[in-house]
Amino acid sequence: MKDVIVAENLQKHYGNFHALKGVSFTIREGECFGLLGHNGAGKSTTMKMIYGLSTVESGRLSIFDQRISLTPPAIKQYLGVVPQDDNLDPDLPVLENLEVYAGLFGVGRRQAREVSREMLAFMGLESKEQSPVDTLSGGQKRRVVIARALLNHPRLLILDEPTTGLDPQGRHLVWQKLRNLKNEGVTLILTTHYMEEATQLCDRLIIMHEGLVLTEGTPVGLVCAHVLPYAIEVRLPLDSIPDDISDKVRQFGGETLQVMDSLFLYANDGKALWQQIGEWGLPQHACFLRRSTLEDVFLKLTGRGTEE
Amino acid sequence: MSGAFRVLKRHWRVFVRTWRHNLMYNVAEPLLYLAAMGFGLGALVQQVDGMTYLQFLAPGMVALSAMYSATFECTYGTFLRLYYQKTLQAILAGPVTVRDVVFGELLYGTLKSVLFGSVILGVVALLGQIHSWMALAIPVFLFLPGALFSQLSVAYTGAIKNIDHLNYYITLVIMPFFLFGGLYFPVTTLPGWVQKLNWLNPLFHSVEVCRALSFGNWPIRLWFHVAALLLMTFVLLPLPLRLLKKRLIS
Repeated sequence: MKDVIVAENLQKHYGNFHALKGVSFTIREGECFGLLGHNGAGKSTTMKMIYGLSTVESGRLSIFDQRISLTPPAIKQYLGVVPQDDNLDPDLPVLENLEVYAGLFGVGRRQAREVSREMLAFMGLESKEQSPVDTLSGGQKRRVVIARALLNHPRLLILDEPTTGLDPQGRHLVWQKLRNLKNEGVTLILTTHYMEEATQLCDRLIIMHEGLVLTEGTPVGLVCAHVLPYAIEVRLPLDSIPDDISDKVRQFGGETLQVMDSLFLYANDGKALWQQIGEWGLPQHACFLRRSTLEDVFLKLTGRGTEE
Repeated sequence: MSGAFRVLKRHWRVFVRTWRHNLMYNVAEPLLYLAAMGFGLGALVQQVDGMTYLQFLAPGMVALSAMYSATFECTYGTFLRLYYQKTLQAILAGPVTVRDVVFGELLYGTLKSVLFGSVILGVVALLGQIHSWMALAIPVFLFLPGALFSQLSVAYTGAIKNIDHLNYYITLVIMPFFLFGGLYFPVTTLPGWVQKLNWLNPLFHSVEVCRALSFGNWPIRLWFHVAALLLMTFVLLPLPLRLLKKRLIS
């Protein structure tokens, strides 16, 4: 499979802030690639470098086999961009928002209208064509922004937190549309704070932290590699949890992770651990057993937790 | 450059939707000045340089409207598109360059300047204050100060981060242009050093040219005014490009 994006050792400073400290990854054609990380981890900076709002300070960035320092129009022609902000034109109704944007790609007026209608229909917004932008709900605005990003039939769709602020229906709708696009062969790059979203959509992903890539892999692969398969969430205040719980879990062959004020226990055999915790002073009704997820990997790696 | 015209097309679509509100401050304000000064002060002043006061004043209002239109579009308008609506960033994610985006702003400011200046020209002509067919050249001429005022405004807007700071520009730059630009009295009544300083005032040049054209005059000295505007436009062009680029590209 062809590489669509190759990033090698990307660096970026904003004044004294070292936003990217050597980020490398490769995105292959047709895959959905995720960038996870806290706010300030460097996800948006990386995205902006790809879609041409930030220059490559040092390192190497190639898009469609072309090395770039600031993404030129010839490449942007093939990109679709869903930025973090819903930067729709408040002066124009929905359909005109799209028509104007299609116009930037040099499309004639009639064709602009056709493709705008097509993409609004694809995102389920036919009835909103004439609505002023500020009458739309947050979810509808997000969908219009996605429709706008599709006007040029992009080869590469860049989605910076596409479902932030959406209700569950809206989120599932967007996920389904993104899956459709992927099936049509569009390469997707996605940042998100929702681990479920990353698990559902991404073929591969990286977890970034303070300008570095901590790990890379498939959602399932990362769970296998970094945490034990079962997790128990302890939903008790820390001061009512016995002090020796970590030792006991370790002796049992498991691991514990404390994130802020929450405690997580991990084990290969979740059921066996579940049977034990009552004896250790953790009532089952205050705990929750589940399979480990990408969220556990994220919490463990990005260091808000102190592993014991 | 075709990218800049595609950006301008976006602005034009918005203009077509919002021109009625725009008409208010771009056109009403110069007309109010014309009415107040023309009838009020005009009653006291018999003649200025051989013209009635209203005749003296009217072409200046054309130049004033042109300055206002470019200035407000490329200060408040540009600031909104840059920081609040993030329209410029949205456009820049499309297949255009920063240069296209900046030129789009400048072209829009210039176009509005010419349009609203022409509207005022039409109104004062209907009021019988225009005396020569040469005045038809005024809209063409207005491209020049329109471009210059747009550049100054975009450059200043690119240099600030807080919308309140636009007030400094309006009060400390635009107001002196307007008060000392020879709109309400001949600049020859000003002290010599102010007259010299006025050569840096684009509105002064613009008023001189508009006034001469509306009376069908074209003395040689007008070429100096045109040259001054051209020179300033040429010299200052890198400024809006550089300053707005800093805001758009990190």
